[in-house]
Amino acid sequence: MRYVEEFRDPKAAKGVLAEIARVADQIGATAQEPVRIMEICGGHTHAIFRYGLDKLVHEGIEFIHGPGCPVCVLPMARVDECVEIAEDPRVIFTTFGDAMRVPGTKKSLLQAKADGADIRMVYSPLDALELARRNPDREVVFFGLGFETTTPSTAMTIQAAARDGIGNFSVFCNHITVPPPIKALLDDPYMQLDGFVGPGHVSMVIGTHPYDFIAEDYGKPLVVAGFEPLDLLQSVLMVLQQIRDGRAEIENQYGRVVPEHGNPMSLAAIADVYEERPTFEWRGLGEIDASGLRIRKAYAAFDAEEKFGIGYAAPRRVVEEVEGCACGAVMTGRMKPTACPQFGKGCTPDMPLGALMVSSEGACAAYWTYGGARMVEAAE
Amino acid sequence: MNMAAPISRLRDTRVTLAHGGGGRAMRDLIDEIFVSAFGPPGMEDQARLTSNALVEPGARLAFTTDSFVITPLEFPGGDIGTIAVCGTVNDLAVGGAKPLWLSAAFIIEEGTEIALLRRIVASMVREAAAAGVSIVTGDTKVVEKGSADGIFITTSGVGVIAPGRDLLAEAIRPGDVAIVNGMLGDHGAAILAARGDMALSTAVESDCQPLGDLMAAVCAAAPNLRAARDATRGGVASALNEMADAAGVTVRLEETKLPLRAEVKGMCEILGLDPLYLANEGTLVLFVPEAEAAAALAAMRGTAAGAGATVIGRAEPRGPVPVVMNSAFGGSRVVDMLVGEQLPRIC
Repeated sequence: MRYVEEFRDPKAAKGVLAEIARVADQIGATAQEPVRIMEICGGHTHAIFRYGLDKLVHEGIEFIHGPGCPVCVLPMARVDECVEIAEDPRVIFTTFGDAMRVPGTKKSLLQAKADGADIRMVYSPLDALELARRNPDREVVFFGLGFETTTPSTAMTIQAAARDGIGNFSVFCNHITVPPPIKALLDDPYMQLDGFVGPGHVSMVIGTHPYDFIAEDYGKPLVVAGFEPLDLLQSVLMVLQQIRDGRAEIENQYGRVVPEHGNPMSLAAIADVYEERPTFEWRGLGEIDASGLRIRKAYAAFDAEEKFGIGYAAPRRVVEEVEGCACGAVMTGRMKPTACPQFGKGCTPDMPLGALMVSSEGACAAYWTYGGARMVEAAE
Repeated sequence: MNMAAPISRLRDTRVTLAHGGGGRAMRDLIDEIFVSAFGPPGMEDQARLTSNALVEPGARLAFTTDSFVITPLEFPGGDIGTIAVCGTVNDLAVGGAKPLWLSAAFIIEEGTEIALLRRIVASMVREAAAAGVSIVTGDTKVVEKGSADGIFITTSGVGVIAPGRDLLAEAIRPGDVAIVNGMLGDHGAAILAARGDMALSTAVESDCQPLGDLMAAVCAAAPNLRAARDATRGGVASALNEMADAAGVTVRLEETKLPLRAEVKGMCEILGLDPLYLANEGTLVLFVPEAEAAAALAAMRGTAAGAGATVIGRAEPRGPVPVVMNSAFGGSRVVDMLVGEQLPRIC
């Protein structure tokens, strides 16, 4: 596969790894006092474990896994609301596949489907809109979920529904944005991070300037990275070089995909359909100001929260986390997945307690699936 | 040659509940679609079977059953009839049995096109001939619209295991070599594309094929063949995990040696799927002692189903997990059992 395999070349990797080791030594990074780099995006977490990068890099580099897995940070109350909408007999509830298994307080969407709810997996919100066209007597609800990567596609779908006057289509909006939780993490006095590997697909939409505050206000380096192993290694090297040189800049390693100013068409669609919510709840992180999007009043006819009187349109429901679940501590980098008492015992991908074990992009699932944890445990 | 076709009494274009009612319509459907195609011996409700293979002292019967449901019913490289024959034939073959006889039971949804049924039965006849098995008994039921999804088929198969042959996953030893017969994941990828949900078009076809000849060739060439599994649902990863657990060994795969089509790799990249978990319908993985690996490979490559045979890894003493893979990139990772279904990712 061209444009993929070049970025998986083991020979080139050796060179970058050697350079990473050289710079890490110049900084004085050690296993005891590591440089702590957060990869924000769940796709990066997945790639780090799939290619075993955590074991290949210099021992003085510690990856802290950030909050960038949209399925993982979805509060359980929102999953419960999905189930509630889906169990309405008038509704065809449509969702991306990997949201199906996220546990709510009572059940997941997969279990609700088995109990008789009409829940269908789609690959694009446009498929959901097409279902609405073909089923005019049913209300088709799309589970809008994800960061700036998926937000433009639901925005454009809502615009299309409005243009074509499709009254039986709505979106349950759970879109969130990347910069606010990074700010929240940087404001946390317990959080000690030396730099960031920034998300590639999100930045393709928003560009690199929304991260400027990280360098300017907090003095930390960030490098926007692609998803292949060489992309990630090169980005780690760029972060290390900044630290060594005493610089704090926003750099773009993924220039072949990410333009500095993002994608204007996507940004215009987002701005037309959505506005910031005053606050939005993140699983494990709590309420974060201005971190979520809601559908503007002009498009209220397509807002499932308005249509069904739930979510932020209803009195808030607070749902306690499952006892013993440490997803919050893991997500803020305070705890390694393997340090959680439930890891691999009460919580596995078969029977997930917490969301980090559900999505393949969750840190715990990545640790478990690709075995870093189990291999280390057995060696000890 | 100019033979007059028998006059068809089956005038309907779609199956109706009458075709399951036990009367003349049902008789016509069974006679014209099934009996004429499968030509079972005699017309009793039971098949009465004889084979020279059975009289050999020490020979054993192998007996297996499987149900087949698939959407869409017809796909590039086959249809539900093809996999209903190949699946059961392959279950027998990978156990070391020579497949001989099949039963076929059909659950048909009211409204199913009779032309479709004919095409599926024709596929079954063709695959059975290729596999050297006879379809000797069967059954049909017609259910109301909505009670089934088109056509469900259950096939059971009987075969004979030659005296002294005993393939067991428990027999796999450290040092044994893991071999597959060809490209991985083609069936799963073809079905994903044929469902049309993803607007992906691809030339990949299902690998659906009978493996009886291939197994017979390997058994002859590698007398210490340990065990074989057909890598159907759950793909090669799941088959290897089961075998490694049964044997108490760890299997180490080499990512660079996995035979994968560029199209299948590309589809997996886009959707976030792992080709090791994609289903196959004509792909097996087997273990032989290292000393017999070359002979096994040569024998496999001499058969139609084994032209792409290749070594993908080997067994080693049991480590922390059943299956690991040395990645092309230089690291290594666990290859776990599939959890639930593979679900395409969000972004």
